[in-house]
Amino acid sequence: MELFSLAIRSIFIDNMVFAYFLGMCSFLAVSKKVSTALGLGAAVIFVLTITVPLNWLLNEFVLKEGALSFLGESFAVIDLTFLRFIMFIAIIAAMVQLVEMVVEKFAPALYGALGIFLPLIAVNCAILGGSLFMAQRDYTLAEATVYGFGSGTGFFLAIVALAAIREKLKYSNVPNGLKGLGITMLITGLMGIAFMSFMGIDL
Amino acid sequence: MSTETADKAIIEKDTEALFSKRRKKLVTDPLVDDNPITIQVLGICSALAVTTQMQPTLVMALSVIFVIVMSNLSISLLRNKIPGRVRIIVQLAVVATLVTLVNEVLKAFAYDMYKELSVFVGLIITNCIVMGRLEAFALGNKPYDSILDGFGSALGYSWIILTVAFFRELWGSGAVFGIPVFDYVSGWFGEDFNLATNGLMVSPVGAFIILGLLIWVQRSKTGYVEH
Repeated sequence: MELFSLAIRSIFIDNMVFAYFLGMCSFLAVSKKVSTALGLGAAVIFVLTITVPLNWLLNEFVLKEGALSFLGESFAVIDLTFLRFIMFIAIIAAMVQLVEMVVEKFAPALYGALGIFLPLIAVNCAILGGSLFMAQRDYTLAEATVYGFGSGTGFFLAIVALAAIREKLKYSNVPNGLKGLGITMLITGLMGIAFMSFMGIDL
Repeated sequence: MSTETADKAIIEKDTEALFSKRRKKLVTDPLVDDNPITIQVLGICSALAVTTQMQPTLVMALSVIFVIVMSNLSISLLRNKIPGRVRIIVQLAVVATLVTLVNEVLKAFAYDMYKELSVFVGLIITNCIVMGRLEAFALGNKPYDSILDGFGSALGYSWIILTVAFFRELWGSGAVFGIPVFDYVSGWFGEDFNLATNGLMVSPVGAFIILGLLIWVQRSKTGYVEH
């Protein structure tokens, strides 16, 4: 039940895009068509669900203060927290590369569908942000996995919804200066207001 | 979009002045005409998250200036040594190291700020402006030009986030840099008068709307139209 409420919270209330502005770059750049948005969203869910628990393991058994104590008494004082950024990003980049190769080998159809989005995900702030939030909030392994999946799903929902709106928007008459990024920001703001209504839910 | 600037500067003379016209252009172009946020649509994630108040925004802006300039310099110095296939990893390693440095300095000397910015300092690593400048400029240009280019882009980013933060803090909390402006102003008009703050500005939604409007104003001035 705890895990379920965490999942709901990470999808709707603490939505990656509307509450923390993570992954905005790809959110804005890849939301012109629903089909591509679906591809990117799926890839983000996939990568987040894998990297957040992996980084949890890394954080728990290598980086945290005293995490190395299983190697012996003298290691208990070592604190490698300052290596967090570089290790997390390395894990993410490596995992993305690995996932790309595995998908290419065993599921060529999916690989074709995800295309360029997989490698680009390595530098998506939503992925690194997910891991950093996980480390900051002291989740357990199960919570970390659920959180990774939930925040990925939140991003998926947001980008698909925005892409659907932007497809319709093509037929409306937007002022010149507001075309493209400007109107997209305003729409995202309005969507954010809609998502704010979830904030009252107490889980 | 950002590749245009890269092409301009590949060939150069050794005798060029320290602040020649072309070099000045490297700094001034990203301020308005080729702004990383409003025109190139890069680096928006962190632009919005920290802008509820001026002070953390200023710290963020300074950190980004430092990271972009230093990473541009390092990659530009290494540009002939980096094999093309692994360049992304190399860039990430350089940027992550610099960001770790910023993070540790903040933790040591400005702990409150460190707590307030939390994960967003770490997220400078994935700030698209940093990677964008490395890819589009530093990999093909000399160190000094790369520093100028990075400085220009970072300044372009900084003034946008500071403007967003100014309006968000003024309307959201009635203050500028923590100084309660609204209280002073209300004081002039007698005790019953109160300027109300707008809670929406403090929430993420305010950031989207302010930035959207700012982009509108800025693009109408430069005449840039996206298709």
